[in-house]
Amino acid sequence: MSTKFLDLNNVEKVFPLPKGKKYVAVTDINLEIKENEIISIIGHSGCGKSTLLNMIAGLDMATGGEISLEGEVLSGPGPERAVVFQNHSLLPWLSVYDNIELAVKKVMPELSSKELRDRVEKFVSMVNLDAAKDKYPGEISGGMKQRVGIARALSIKPKVLLMDEPFGALDSLTRANLQEHLMRIQQSVKNTVVIITHDVDEAVLLSDRVIMMTNGPEATIGEILEVNLQHPRERVALQHDTEYIRCREAILSFLYEKYAKEDE
Amino acid sequence: MNIELVKRIVLPWLVILVLIPAWMGVASIVDDFPTPSDTYVAAFGGINSEGDEVVGSLSDPFYVENEDDKGVFWQVMNSLQRVFAGFALAILVGIPTGLLIGMSKNFMTALNPYIQILKPVSPLAWLPLLLLIFQDINATAVATIFITSIWPIIINTALGVRSVNEDYLNVAKVLQFTPLEKVYQIILPVAVPYIFTGMRLSLGIAWLVIVAAEMLTGGIGIGFWIWDEYNNLNYPNIIIGIFIVGIVGYILDAIMGRIADYFDYTKRG
Repeated sequence: MSTKFLDLNNVEKVFPLPKGKKYVAVTDINLEIKENEIISIIGHSGCGKSTLLNMIAGLDMATGGEISLEGEVLSGPGPERAVVFQNHSLLPWLSVYDNIELAVKKVMPELSSKELRDRVEKFVSMVNLDAAKDKYPGEISGGMKQRVGIARALSIKPKVLLMDEPFGALDSLTRANLQEHLMRIQQSVKNTVVIITHDVDEAVLLSDRVIMMTNGPEATIGEILEVNLQHPRERVALQHDTEYIRCREAILSFLYEKYAKEDE
Repeated sequence: MNIELVKRIVLPWLVILVLIPAWMGVASIVDDFPTPSDTYVAAFGGINSEGDEVVGSLSDPFYVENEDDKGVFWQVMNSLQRVFAGFALAILVGIPTGLLIGMSKNFMTALNPYIQILKPVSPLAWLPLLLLIFQDINATAVATIFITSIWPIIINTALGVRSVNEDYLNVAKVLQFTPLEKVYQIILPVAVPYIFTGMRLSLGIAWLVIVAAEMLTGGIGIGFWIWDEYNNLNYPNIIIGIFIVGIVGYILDAIMGRIADYFDYTKRG
């Protein structure tokens, strides 16, 4: 058996309910993610996409099936699967610099103090936050906080970068700006990325494949869409690209025709 | 000049204009109740309304006649020593207990009923029991302060621990922090402002308790001093004692508040 990079095999998540009942959140998830691939998982709210990401992260354990990374079955969270949380999760008592340093220090204890400083500085620069590195999270904008979150996640050299609706809480201009940041970073350092999103354009713009989830309960993978567009991608130019339009329409039709959901 | 600043200076003085006549009214109705001027004379010295020359109790607060007869300053210092001893013990025991209760549901379930029952017990109820144990007024006073001032520290520390955001704990999980790293890097920074709120409440209680405790245990201390002056028919000194207790309590609270702000990350930057 050849080793797959990130492999989800018959993954299922069941939550127990009172009186012996149970709620099947997601079931029958089979997915192989290749190295350096960018995957989006899209679906209506309540489709279990965040549950799925948390299971890959190890923050939530699958109740059935298994998830393996480079052939090793996962049994809990670890720094090789860094997470960018929706609400950034920066520690508010630490400066931008210290937030990143905390992660690097813990994951790479072998670094000398100079190497440590260089590495933290490098990731601060990567997200253009040199001027704000001594500020506290409470003093910077939501977009900047999320950039720190990305820098912190990437600074520990993860094998997989997991992003849980990373730009969901931001206004659309800031979101576009951060998408550009992410694409630029991806051009220089290849990462395997899994992004949870509910934004159709974001999914097409960023990813190589879009995983479309059916509605819960018992949500599963409905369709997988290949996005055959070269990187780097240019947001404005893509608006008239036939492949871009095809992908957009495929997702829209999946979400609003095949699996339409009321009361969002 | 700033109108707010003027208000802040003038308004409290206006209240005095009401309080002083009210005080004089009470003094004219109640026999032996000291008037404001007699109280002033008793504090700073001079001739009182009966024409006697009086040495003010605040004109020489530092005198030491013998072990049992010392100036007001030493009385206050003595009370403060007991307060800080009991308060320090309460911190030493209260913070770890609060951390345990906050982090472990089992500890919480086991200890919570006793905390809820013991918390409202008056210091005066503890005093005879503790006197029976220690047979020593100093140790008894310190133990009484300890046992009545520990509860806000425990409760607020536990509350602080429980208010740690799930997201911060997820960060700790992803980075695979050890339990000790989790406490130092995540839980304590969040809990510290809560802990200081608890300590501030606790110090306030300790200062309330010492006056009552010293009245019963006797010996030395500002509480005993007030009671002693009552027995000496030195009524103006009771009012002076009340002022001293209030002012010292206010200063303690203000200092504690400053320290708390210093360690509170939400008030930084």
